[in-house]
Amino acid sequence: MTELPPFQILIDEHADDVLAMLRGAVGRADADDCFQETFLSALRAYPKLSDAGNLRGWLITIAHRKAIDHHRARGRRPVPVAEVAEVAVSDPEPGDGIWAAVGALPPKQRAAVTLRYGSDLPHAEIAAALGCSPEAARRSLHEGIKRLRKELA
Amino acid sequence: MKNSLNLLAERASDEGLLDVAYTTADSPFGPLLLAATPRGLVRVGLPSQDASGLLADLAARVSPRVLEAAPRLDAARRQLDLYFEGKLTDFDLPLDWQLSKDFRRRVLRAIARIPYGQTRSYTQMAISAGNERAVRAAGTACGSNPIPLVVPCHRVLRSGGALGGYGGGLPMKEALLRLEGVLEDPRR
Repeated sequence: MTELPPFQILIDEHADDVLAMLRGAVGRADADDCFQETFLSALRAYPKLSDAGNLRGWLITIAHRKAIDHHRARGRRPVPVAEVAEVAVSDPEPGDGIWAAVGALPPKQRAAVTLRYGSDLPHAEIAAALGCSPEAARRSLHEGIKRLRKELA
Repeated sequence: MKNSLNLLAERASDEGLLDVAYTTADSPFGPLLLAATPRGLVRVGLPSQDASGLLADLAARVSPRVLEAAPRLDAARRQLDLYFEGKLTDFDLPLDWQLSKDFRRRVLRAIARIPYGQTRSYTQMAISAGNERAVRAAGTACGSNPIPLVVPCHRVLRSGGALGGYGGGLPMKEALLRLEGVLEDPRR
């Protein structure tokens, strides 16, 4: 077994990346909660981790799982509103890079894009996570990608 | 981010996931590393020692769940501050002895009982630990003291009164003995 570095080193080196990725995946408002859950889960599992080779990848994987949990929980408790507005509810910080652009997408598109390309989920699972039909998931994904292309062009 | 990390350390502590908490504290000699388990203070790193090496050692020997968490070390830091100001003579802190075993631990426990402002010889420490012939081993135990200052190995000298060694360097040992009034302060 490789020797595990002190957990604080993982925080010092990767916390910013994990938070940026989560802001893209679930939006600013909920990213902090997912961030806490991510690092608590990691801390819980850490002593039994057998491979210290790619700690960043390990953390990002856990963060993706937390983002998926977050979307699933949302799907299970839909908030009743008069009209579903497809506008960004979060106020993403302007910043460089693809995550900033992803973070600026409307919530459903943002979730679909992150789950597809960040977590590598198939359409059916994205649909399950978002609580919508596979067609709707595919449409959100398509719209999101179209918008990103335009933004990043 | 800072608030987020403080909250994380707090929640980790509440869930019993904070196996080793550490912080750095200022001292007249430079920064000290302070580390504690839920049982008590487990490691004091002197300014001459490499802090990241000490943390890696704690991760390997105690637990890799090592987090920076200053509040857990508040009492230790306060008492050390007072000690350096000459206002505290007896530390009242729970200690975790797990980094020392057997004879070494017995030597260190005996050292912990040497009163402020007094000194003992390595031979006396070997006797206190139950083996008067193990003088060299007693010296090694002093040298491997994981909790210096609080376990005052600077109060142990050679039989003839020579200073012996110190993990933080001899100038620091001399300064501590001057602070405690054992050595005369040339400036006075």
